Amino acid sequence: MVVNCEEVWREVSNYLDGEVDPTLRVAIEEHVRGCKRCTAVVDGARNVLQLYGDERMLEVPFGFSQRLHRKLDENMLGNRRTFLGWMVAAAAACLIVGTIEAASAFRTPELLSEHARPGNGVPPDMMVVVSENGKLFHLAGCEFIHEKNKLRTITAAEASREGYSPCVRCLKKYLAATASAQFLEGSATTPARSASRSASRSTSRSTMALNFRSTSSGRDGFR
Amino acid sequence: MLIQRVREGEHELFYELIRPYERRVYAAAFAILRNEADAEDVAQEAVLKALKHIRQFRAEARFSTWLIQITVNEARMRRRKAHANIMEPIADRQDEEGNYTPRDFADWREIPSETLERNEVRQKLAEALAELGQIYREVFVLRDMQHLSIEETAKALGISTASVKTRLLRARLMLRDLLAPGFGGAWSMTGKLSFEKGTKPW
Repeated sequence: MVVNCEEVWREVSNYLDGEVDPTLRVAIEEHVRGCKRCTAVVDGARNVLQLYGDERMLEVPFGFSQRLHRKLDENMLGNRRTFLGWMVAAAAACLIVGTIEAASAFRTPELLSEHARPGNGVPPDMMVVVSENGKLFHLAGCEFIHEKNKLRTITAAEASREGYSPCVRCLKKYLAATASAQFLEGSATTPARSASRSASRSTSRSTMALNFRSTSSGRDGFR
Repeated sequence: MLIQRVREGEHELFYELIRPYERRVYAAAFAILRNEADAEDVAQEAVLKALKHIRQFRAEARFSTWLIQITVNEARMRRRKAHANIMEPIADRQDEEGNYTPRDFADWREIPSETLERNEVRQKLAEALAELGQIYREVFVLRDMQHLSIEETAKALGISTASVKTRLLRARLMLRDLLAPGFGGAWSMTGKLSFEKGTKPW
């Protein structure tokens, strides 16, 4: 195989990379041995590769590595901070959720109506009746019981825990015992009724039981 | 394996992982941006990006190639932003099939590698490299300075291997011509290698 100068120049790059087949390689080398021009082309290109391929040509500005590492430090520190921040936030969230869950375990069941209030003054172990869709608990036989065919008999404490409120007619005598005290307190507590209401909702069952005979909220006490 | 440990969360080892490639990252950025401050900035961004996306690195590629690829992308984005409204230099639009012809020298006087110890020699080489058009410089830097393979260079630049080879040939011959006069290359001032009109070696 014989090659001319143009073919040598066209293949010089592949030749230097060792990417020509053996036959072409031999042909190029034979040509170059007898051609001054092509020798200058091949030698020059080879010298270029040798010079630029030297590590010393990859110069970097003074302090480049230190600045790069500092940047990495900042980034990693930032990530740690962010991670720490997330951890703190997650811990806080857990704490809040835990508190809410714990509170909910002791939370008073949702009252059946705005009128339903703890039956203060009613003996907690006294048997009362409640109707399925009613909002009050009554003494058996109370004429104000609705849906008399769907009654359940439970204790006053249970009725109160389920959100039922004492009937002010049949249980009047029990409520009257606290009425005078509530009357005195009522005028003072009325403006704060909503606060009192929300507080009563978050009261635990055990607390409810303990305070069963204590003062009721003003309005229910007067009904 | 170091990279595996970094991928698994031992980020402190990342310093050790990139240390051998720091200079190459900077050089790749500089080849595209030709500005020290921008190149350093982009090199830092590229390294941070590599750290951030280390889990996306696929073991079948070389880490250096992956890192250089990120650097090239970052540098190109920076260049596009910086020159969004500027016309591309003519040198960058050189036709790969153009009529560039190597100069005709009587012989080539070798420039010894030892001379690279001298600042002015390195400076001259850098200036010659800067004279190349963008597309040639990118290929030359990745292939001949970063020592990526043809395929890796093609992948990093998003071009075909045939384009890499064509650009590489021209880049090498152009640099040869640019360096010869200043370093005593005994070239003939009478001109370039002559071709019949319409004939090209490539």
